[in-house]
Amino acid sequence: MKLKEILECVDGKLVWGESHLEDEVKRGFASDLMSDVLTILEDDIILITGLSNNQSIRTAEMSDISNILLVRNKRPSQNMIDMAKELDISLSYTPYSLFKASGLLFAKGLKPVY
Amino acid sequence: MHEEFTVPSKDFSVAGEASSKIKRILKQLNIPPQRIKQIIVAVFEAEVNVIAHSYGGKVICDIEEERVQIDVIDTGPGIENLDLAMTEGWSTATNEVREMGYGAGMGLPNIKKSCDELKIYTKKGDHTHISMRFTL
Repeated sequence: MKLKEILECVDGKLVWGESHLEDEVKRGFASDLMSDVLTILEDDIILITGLSNNQSIRTAEMSDISNILLVRNKRPSQNMIDMAKELDISLSYTPYSLFKASGLLFAKGLKPVY
Repeated sequence: MHEEFTVPSKDFSVAGEASSKIKRILKQLNIPPQRIKQIIVAVFEAEVNVIAHSYGGKVICDIEEERVQIDVIDTGPGIENLDLAMTEGWSTATNEVREMGYGAGMGLPNIKKSCDELKIYTKKGDHTHISMRFTL
């Protein structure tokens, strides 16, 4: 699934990272716990999280995750946006809950990590 | 190649800076991305532990042709029960740390899974030294 299709599916808005809209995202992983995210070694995943602070960006950097979707209508701070730009990680948000956003994407065919 | 990075206590705004710099170095050395990810996940977990649980410390990185050696040394207060700390899901993290997305009790277990050789010195009232070796 391309990132642009993911955003359409969850009524998401891209805050930064237009160049990632055509990224082919293979799997989704939803968590607010960054240590859980760090256990994932798969590539081409999107991180779906309610954790709206720099730590979600840092964790994505460490795990080679290029796309982050914030849930529950959480808007990223300017600081987060600056960091995402520097690390070339796309940042989007959806008004939906973690459960609903993940459910919609799963139903559309986005695969889980496990 | 030898590099040292200072890691402060409690300041999450800089969490990951040392790991990020080490990651850049490893990338320049053309180490396979999957291997870099494994190494960096362990280094990042250890760096976050220094910020979350210690009085501050440093990350020391030594890279040779066939191995990466990372030593993370803090200045205390030491781990009271290392066996418990190595158990998945067990954590002494404060609410502040949990709000940052950490404190799930997966730090040391993640580190153990990622490295080829792990040695830990710790004692309550003393410092903690985590020595990680990764074969390339």
